[in-house]
Amino acid sequence: MNILAMITISLGVVFFFGATLGLLRFPDFYSRVHAAGKGDTLSSLLMLFGLGILVLENAHFIDVLTFIKIMMICVFIFVTSPTTTHALTDAGYSAGVKPWQKDDEETES
Amino acid sequence: MRDPSGREDIPMERQGTGTQFVLMFAMCMVTWFVFSGRYDVFHLVLGMISSLIVTWASGDLLSPNRKISMRCAMTISWRMAVYLIWLVIEVVKANIHVFKLALSPNVRDRIEPSIVTFKTVLKTDLAKFVLANSITLTPGTVTIKIEDGVFVVHAIDTSAAEGLQEQMERRVAHIFSEIES
Repeated sequence: MNILAMITISLGVVFFFGATLGLLRFPDFYSRVHAAGKGDTLSSLLMLFGLGILVLENAHFIDVLTFIKIMMICVFIFVTSPTTTHALTDAGYSAGVKPWQKDDEETES
Repeated sequence: MRDPSGREDIPMERQGTGTQFVLMFAMCMVTWFVFSGRYDVFHLVLGMISSLIVTWASGDLLSPNRKISMRCAMTISWRMAVYLIWLVIEVVKANIHVFKLALSPNVRDRIEPSIVTFKTVLKTDLAKFVLANSITLTPGTVTIKIEDGVFVVHAIDTSAAEGLQEQMERRVAHIFSEIES
């Protein structure tokens, strides 16, 4: 049980690292949003899930309740994270942010 | 803003408001049980009172204009669960994809962003919402906006954009059984 929790939390950290790296290295607004939106969702879920398992270890009734609460947080993140991504890109699109294309490599600073 | 064409698709049978009230109240109570964690008389009475208030105040919130029959709701929930499992697998794939791209030494050569638009056949707001969020979570694509059923999608490379609407749209449509196949 403990080991499973360790694995999921570490995986979450690794994916968070990937998302942050993508956020820093991708060329424009939209592709950065790709990294942020996807990476955050899965890594938060993994870490929360790991914490949930860790809490379940004693298996008292109150711990089960805590586990359920953590799972509800997971559900909310799963719904809201893509929605915020969508809100971000929509705002950028309406403000006229042009997506980066391969051709205008030179004009990009 | 509700799309007017969404209402007339399937005639649903009306359900008594009494059952709805009880159902809503039960849901509130269960939530209270889980979240409070205390089961003495004082807290239970508090929970009853607040559940009653919430039920009274938001009675028609969970059942919008179209009344959905119990069996229909069960089917939709079941299909949703199956869909969610598929979606979680897609999310993992998407993350591995982003991870690989982020670690590759030449990011600018690997990606080829483009903006794709397509018109959806989905009618209800909920179905569109599910499709938009699914597109965002699957590898290589992010929904930018939906306007009158036209999806604007940003794809990180051209291969990600192909086969996007057919496959995913069919899955979502299957959940809400908007397409009879």
